[in-house]
Parts: sequence; C-alpha cells; structure tokens
Amino acid sequence: MSLSRNDVAKVGLLARLALSETDLDTMTRELSTIVGFVSQLEQIDTTDVAPLAHPLDTQNVFRADIPQPSLTTAQALQSAPRHDGECFLVPAVLGDSGAN
Amino acid sequence: MTATPTAAAPFTTVIGLEVHVQLQTRTKLFCGCATTFGAAPNTQVCPTCLGLPGSLPVMNRTAFELAVRAALALGCQIAPFTKWDRKNYFYPDLPKGYQISQFDLPFSSQGALEVVDPKGALTRNVRITRVHLEEDAGKSMHDETAGTGDTRIDLNRAGTPLCEIVSEPDLRSPQEARAWLNELKLLLVYLGVSDCNMQEGSLRVDANVNLHIPCDGGRIAKTPIVEIKNMNSFRSVERALVYESARQYEEWQATKAEMGKTPKQTRGWDDPAGVTRAQRHKEESSDYRYFPEPDLVPVTVSEEWLAATREAMGDPPSVLREALAATWKIPPYDADVLVNQGRELVAYFEDLAARVGEGKVASNWMQQDVLRTLNERGGSIDDFPVRPAAVADIIGRVAKGDFDTSRAREIFAEVLASGRTVDEVVASMGIAAVDDDELITLCRELLAANPRVVADVQGGKEQAAAGLIGQAKKKNPNVNPGKVRAMCLELIRQM
Amino acid sequence: MQPSDMSAVDLVTAVRHGDLTALRATEAFLERIERLDSQINAFLSVDREGALRTAAAIDEKRKAGQPLGPLAGLPVAVKDALCTFDQPTTCASKMLAGFRPPYDAEVVARLRAADAVIVGKTNMDEFAMGGSNENSAFGPVHNPWDLTRAPGGSSGGSAACVAADMAPVAIGSDTGGSIRQPAGLCGITGLKPTYGRVSRRGLVAFASSLDQIGPMARSAADCALLLETIAGHDPGDATSLESPVPPYGADLDGPLEGVRIGRVPAHFGAGLCPEVAHAVEEAFAAFRAAGATIIDIDMPHADAGVATYYLVAPCEASSNLARYDGAHYGHRAEPGGHRAEPGRLHPVEPGGHRAEPGKGSGASGGGFESALVEMYCRSRAEGFGPEVKRRIMLGTYALSAGYYDAYYAKALKVRRLIRQDYLDAFEKVDLIGGPVSATAAFKLGEKSGDPLAMYLVDLYTVCTNLAGVGGISFPCGFTKGGLPIGFQLQAPALAEPLLLRATDRYQHLTDWHRRRPAIAARPR
Repeated sequence: MSLSRNDVAKVGLLARLALSETDLDTMTRELSTIVGFVSQLEQIDTTDVAPLAHPLDTQNVFRADIPQPSLTTAQALQSAPRHDGECFLVPAVLGDSGAN
Repeated sequence: MTATPTAAAPFTTVIGLEVHVQLQTRTKLFCGCATTFGAAPNTQVCPTCLGLPGSLPVMNRTAFELAVRAALALGCQIAPFTKWDRKNYFYPDLPKGYQISQFDLPFSSQGALEVVDPKGALTRNVRITRVHLEEDAGKSMHDETAGTGDTRIDLNRAGTPLCEIVSEPDLRSPQEARAWLNELKLLLVYLGVSDCNMQEGSLRVDANVNLHIPCDGGRIAKTPIVEIKNMNSFRSVERALVYESARQYEEWQATKAEMGKTPKQTRGWDDPAGVTRAQRHKEESSDYRYFPEPDLVPVTVSEEWLAATREAMGDPPSVLREALAATWKIPPYDADVLVNQGRELVAYFEDLAARVGEGKVASNWMQQDVLRTLNERGGSIDDFPVRPAAVADIIGRVAKGDFDTSRAREIFAEVLASGRTVDEVVASMGIAAVDDDELITLCRELLAANPRVVADVQGGKEQAAAGLIGQAKKKNPNVNPGKVRAMCLELIRQM
Repeated sequence: MQPSDMSAVDLVTAVRHGDLTALRATEAFLERIERLDSQINAFLSVDREGALRTAAAIDEKRKAGQPLGPLAGLPVAVKDALCTFDQPTTCASKMLAGFRPPYDAEVVARLRAADAVIVGKTNMDEFAMGGSNENSAFGPVHNPWDLTRAPGGSSGGSAACVAADMAPVAIGSDTGGSIRQPAGLCGITGLKPTYGRVSRRGLVAFASSLDQIGPMARSAADCALLLETIAGHDPGDATSLESPVPPYGADLDGPLEGVRIGRVPAHFGAGLCPEVAHAVEEAFAAFRAAGATIIDIDMPHADAGVATYYLVAPCEASSNLARYDGAHYGHRAEPGGHRAEPGRLHPVEPGGHRAEPGKGSGASGGGFESALVEMYCRSRAEGFGPEVKRRIMLGTYALSAGYYDAYYAKALKVRRLIRQDYLDAFEKVDLIGGPVSATAAFKLGEKSGDPLAMYLVDLYTVCTNLAGVGGISFPCGFTKGGLPIGFQLQAPALAEPLLLRATDRYQHLTDWHRRRPAIAARPR
C-alpha cells in the first residue's frame, strides 16, 4: 500500500498541518510503510462481525439540567494567544460556521 | 394536492428545509454553563465548552428529552438505540475542532408535519427525514471598521443544544415553505421544546431548492440543487426562495444545466439586496471524517420512557384545533386563529368560554377585542390586565341587556386602560341598568315627539323605529337599543 | 530508615502516627529530585514551594487533631498529561509549553483531597504517543538502570522517578501500554485499570476509548493504596464506571491456590528476547509454586493487536488533537514569522494541486486559502513533534472519505474479535500472564529512526486497552547486563483486586521489586 505525495498533501490540509517539501517526502514514505503494515487486517475474516468502537457496555449516562458556575472571562482567556479582554482573536474569517 | 406549472410559473419549485432549533434548557448540552441569551462575551464558558485539554462532555437529560418530545410530535420513529458522532472540521467558533452530532444513527427519523395550503383548505403532508440532537458552535464577529482585521470569537453559544430537523423535498412553493415553518414553530413552542426566537438565533433555517421544469415530450428537467443559508426570518425564507426559483429558471433557460452534473451549490441570502449569492466552495470541507464519539455512551430509549414522554407532552396544535372546535362549537377558522396564538392564549380562551358558556361569543370577543388590543399593546396574554373573569362579566351584562355591545367595548377599553374593575368602570361611566318604568316613560316621550315615525310603523314600515334609537341614546346613554325598539313597537301597537 | 527508602504504605502510616512529618518526607524526595533529575530528566516541572506548603499544612492539620486523608504526606509525581491548575500542563509538547489549565483533573483533585503532596509533573512522550519517551519536546528521560537507555513510554518520567526513588509513587496513563511497558523497563510496578475504573476528566486525551490513568509504584501494595484514592465513579466522565471501589489494600491478603493463570504459547515466538522469555517462564514457575494453576490458552487475534491499535488510536487522536490549532490556547505561529524558507510550506488547493506561490490565496502569501488556514497549518506544524504529526496524518487518512471502511471500520471489527478472545479466555482462566515487552530497555536512539519498529514495542500491551480490561506489570528478573525484565498479568474487567493480590503474593516470594538502580544509592 503506498500513498502518493499528493494524497499526503491532501491529508495534510485536512489535518491542518503545513508540510515542507522535505516533510512531504518523509511523511509519504513513512505513512506508506505504516499503512502497508496496518493493511494486514484485510486478511482477517470479519464477516458478520459488528464494529466495536468502545469497550464499555454502559448506556444512558446523563446529567441534570442544573447550571454550574462558569469560568470568569479572564480564566477563559488566560491562555489565549490573542484576545481583547472579552473575546478570542483569530485571523479574519468570513462568518459563523454555524452548526451544519 | 398536486402543484402543476401555471402560465405564471412554468415550473414546479421543489423545496426541502433543514431547521435548527435551540432547545429550551437551562444549561448547555454537555456542560453546566447557562444558555442565557445576550450575556457578555465568554462569560458562559467552562473547560468543556471551551474545548480545553482533558475536558469531557456529559449529556444533558432535559435536552435529550426535549428532542424526543419534538420528534414524537413530528410523528417520528424513535430509534431504540442511538449514539453520537464527531463531525471534524476546523473553525475558530468550534473550539474542539469537531462538533458532537449524530451521523448514521440519529435518535429519530421518518416523521411528517402537515401544512395547510395557504391558498385553500387543502393540506400537504411534508415528510421529515430525520431529527437529531447536536451541539451549537460559538459566534464569530468580524468588524472591518475595527481596523485590526481580527475576528472576535465568543464561545457563550458553543455547546448549546440544538435539534436538527430535516424535511424531505416535499414543499412545492415558497409560500408553502413559510406556512410549514410557521406550523413547525408553533408546534415546537407549544411543546416547550424551543422558544424558536429567530432574532436570538434559536431557530435557523437552511433551504434546499431546485426546479422541475416540464420539457417537450413530457420529460421533466431538474435544475441543480442549491442550498440557501443566512435567512433570518420566515419572510426572508419566502423571499429567498422566490428569488432563487426565478434565478434558477433564468439560469436554466440560459444554460440548460441539470442536476447531478455539478456539486451542490451553497448560496447566501443577502436580505437588504434581496438576492442570493454563491458562497465559496471548499472541496475538502465536506470530508468531515465522522466517527463515534468515544467520550459519550449510547442512549437506549425504552417503551416506558416513550410512553411517559408522550403522556407529559400535551396536545400538538393540530389536535388542539380540532378539540377546540368540537368542545366549544366554534368554526375551524376561529380555532386556527386561537391556536396559532399559542398555548397561553388558548388557556385564556378556554377559561373565558367556560365562564360565558358560549364558545362562539367568547371566540368573537377573543378575536375582536382581546387579540386586537393585545397585538397593539404587545406582551404576553398572561400579562394582559383584563382577565377572563372580567371579560365574561362584561359579556354577561350584555346578554342580560344591561347595555349593548358597543357600550361593552367602551367598558372593556376603560377596564384595560384604568386597571379598575368592571363594576367600578360601569359606575364611573354612569351606566346603570335602565328599569322598565324608566324605559316606558322614555319611549312614550319619543313617540309623542315623533308622530311621523308612529305613522310609518303603523303603515307597516317597522324599520322606521330605528330612527328612535339614536334619540333614545342621547336622552339616556344606558338604554339598550334592542329594548328601546321592542318597547316602541309594543307601545305603537297598543295605540 | 530514610523516607525515600520507605514504601508508600509505611510512609503514610508513619505520617499518620506522627513518626514522620509530611514535611520531612517531602523534603527527602525533593532533595533526591534535585540531586538526580539532571541526569534522568524525569520531571518537566517540580513544584517545590507548593509541595512544601502542602506538606506543612498537612502537619498542621495533624497537630490540630483534624482528620487526615488516606494519602496524608505521601509525595506523588503526576504525569504531565493530567491537568493541574497550579502547575503547567504541557503533555511534553511545544504546543502546550507553559499552558496552565484553569482546573484540576479529577484524579489530581482526589489526590489533593486525600492529602497527598504533588511534587511535580513528569516527562512523557509528547501527547503520550511513544514507547521510549524520546518523543518529548523537552528531551528524553534516561533509564535509571542505564542512563544510555530509554525508560520506555509514554509514562517514562513517572516510571523513572519511582525507579530512582525521586517519588514513592507516580500517576501514569496507559493507552496501549504506556504504564506497563515503562514500569517493566524501569523495574517498578504499574497498573492499568479497567477502562472506566478511573476518571479520565482532566487527562489530556490521546485516544479516548483506550486511555486510562493508573498508579505506578515500587510494589503492588503501594499501587493498591494509590488506586483506592483515584478509582471510582465521576459524574463528570460519562465513561466512568459506577461500581463501588473495593478496599484494594485490605484485599491483598489471600492465597493463590486455585487461581488459574493463562499462558499464551504464541507470546514466546521468535521476537521475544531469550533472557526475557526465561525470566517470564521463571515467574510462571513461581506462580505455580505459590499454588496457581498455569493453563496454556490461545488468543487467536493477538497478532492483529498492533495493527488494530495503530488505526483506532490515531483515528481518535487525529480528532482529539484538532483542538490544538492556535486559536484559543497553546502555540500560535506568528504571522509571517519564523517561516522556515519562503515557498517551503506545501499548501494544497482544492483538487489537490499545489498552489502556485502567491496565487489565489489572499494576503497571507505562501499559498494558503486564508490567513486563518495559514495560522492553523503553521501553528500545528510548529507545535507538534514528528510522531504526533505522523499519527494525526495516519488517523486523518484512515477516517477520510473513501478509506473509512477499509481502515477504521475494519479495525473496529477486529477490535471486537480481540475482545472476544479475552471473553473466551476468561471462561478458562482468571488471569493471563506473559511478557510485557519483548526486550529489556533499549538504547536511546536505537529505534527512533524507524516508527514501525517502535510501534511493535507495544505488541504485548495494546490488546488490553482494545479490550478495555486491566493489566499490571512488575519486575520478574534482570538481564545479565543488569536491566529489569517485566512480567504482565491481565484480568477481566474490574478484577483489579485479583491482579493486585497475585502481584503482591509474587512480591512476597521474590525480591526483584526491591532492587534499586545504582544511581538510587545514597551518596556516601
């Protein structure tokens, strides 16, 4: 199983990781090796086997709808690389992503 | 009901809606932060909704229950087993880098909500594809005049519980889409699921729209589906859909481009300009890499739980309309008007109708007096100063013949304005019941002063007596016009 | 006896009885940290002042006759993957250098409530990704038994500080062996509890369905003491189990007669170092002598464990680490600053074609579609080390459109088969024994050029996490070169009492766990 440089560049953008030309070479080689290794799972017969995403069997864990104290704005912003005392500041974006 | 292309619109508009409503909880979906609207930026945040390292989500039971209530009211199947998934994308209003949502196993699917055709009495059944529960993102604010060029991020809204309701493309006109949204909003407000306040963002709508255009040989051409965003009122939804249908038709005439050949386009509605504009499409942004959220456990919903939820839910508006019409013997139109005003107003009406004993009379008073003045004043019916007992009192006195309806309206207005009781207002306006002796004396005076009227009546023109009523009211504003008329006719007969 | 020579159990007993002050105990360990850690690099931060203040307050409490917590006066080192509101929490990453969380992890809060003294935060592989501790942005940890060798990882700092007596006990976390493997390579005892036994709240997530916090100490008895405090239901962690916490310490006493221990013949294949195989077989013999029955069992899908793990864990990690994007906390690349070389960054346009420099990418230069995307990509490129990037890339790839079914979904199916192996095995046996790693501690740098070779280090440990059961590792011998060899026991969900009891029995019959590295010897 081998990945192309372009595959790796696409994944880099999806993962928001800037990759230099050198990084890209190294990453393409290493990921191809690792993907080749994990592809051994193909050989295991998993017909009629349900996926297991989580080791727990528990269900229905809820909390009550009771307000708890929030952080102060200062605490919320204490580690922000940039803020104006009220809001986090980031390079310009066009609008809300909203929930979609 | 089938919508057929008309000369005015040589196509059928096909619309599906995606509605996000904020659930009426006190706290967020996964943490104990409050959801109060309008708080100062970043004051309703904690490690969980800030997405700080190590923080974990725990599901708000009320949010899940409200979502189930909404789905039940929409006739959805509730899945016995449901789970949450992560939808991964980078955006500064999404501090974890993923939204906790539901992908392949939403808690409910396959419902429907009927909409009454705004042009007639026909209804259309609009199918609901799915309803699921997810968290909201925060708010990005970009002020270009601020000069910094930075976007400000407020995460107060991040993690607020949202119910996403997705309809099938069953709507056939912009007007119908708006009417359906009104019905949906009414339903959700009735059930206490959401306040559906669009100004505060508790209800948001995206629309998918395309046209079906009959061509030669009976073939139907389908235009590419466009998703419209940024509509901030139901009126905007209707306007945007009207605009977009026309735009698509024009484009189709120019390009003959059909569905399936291009990826779904997203367009934003520019309300002041009254147009939709293409939004930049990012190919990689649609690769959300959904996978099961490992920090939450699944939810299984038992039959008992569903039964209890149904029990506690109360009637949806459609059931209530029928019940109201049947119980109080009022026309369907009246029931519709009353129910559409919300549960509190219906309670007011039922209180009034029970006191008056006549549904139609109570309904007339609701529509002509209570509702009209309520709309003028604004505010909620629960804060309306004239309570059902007082209105029933006024109606009762009209029935007894103490005064007529127009006098009653003046009394109602005065009770509303002054905040005094009906008795006090009646007394202050000098309204006293006119006894029969007084009435006879008054009528005799009138007949003596109007021989012409007497002659006309005797000549068979009973309607001439109407001329006496105005004079009677001048002499004594408290007289009942009906009684004056009846008494005058009786006295003339005895002559 | 010096406090640093005492077991944790003896230490808290001495403090409770007034034979030793918390201050004296804390000072003794701080003194050793000061003397030794420049050679070992087990700590990323030491809170000397805070520890002494806490210790003094505990002594005051005792003097005033107030009730003391169960860990009163016990110095504890905490892996830097757990949030502490009063100390930096970095996960050994440049991304979180200097980061101070506004809250304590649940486990840290429980330690404080139990009157433990948190002396510092320990070094680790960056974001717990690694098996050698060489992936720390703040330098590797050196194995106290041989400073040229790796301590294992990712909880290498926690293992090394206990091995060198710089702390009597430490907190580690284990996603695929990160407690058990370094415990084995450093000659100490480390327990990975059943998934959900210990709250994960405030543990910086690596792979949420696998991560579990556990105790690391010199003996099973000391692990039991620590586990009693940190285990238990936390309503703030939806994956935390509600079952009551048994008295692990009191449950230690008990015979091994009738306990069935599974031995997996396939464990003793070609890859296993003969010295390790020998020591492990000797340990089985010791358990048999103590009354246990050894039964050979088959774990048919164990071979697939590493491949399954290296899909499940990176997939979850790619999502868990998305939050480190420079927007709200952590490292942010300066606009235009520190750019390695103009044009070196490799942006991609939709469609996968490389952007031409300066074309269609806004004011940012470098070909990114916006200043925001540039900030994200460069902050993450600068903030994460190579192994973290590899796993993020691998996970992103395996979850992306078109690959999900072949990789992630397939791995989840094999995960079920692996768990079924355990369920089947525990029908026949009470515990499963075997090596914890194929070799004793390897040289620093020996495997760092070959990611896959490093992944295979996890061969014997990852299945425990995939199945969500518990495991413990403890020393069972030494190589001729004087390096400790670890033995692993695994048990069904919530069978920690049996894991601890079996290990404690073994530690009554052997003295491997009492041996100290030369560096830990008292200066003359």
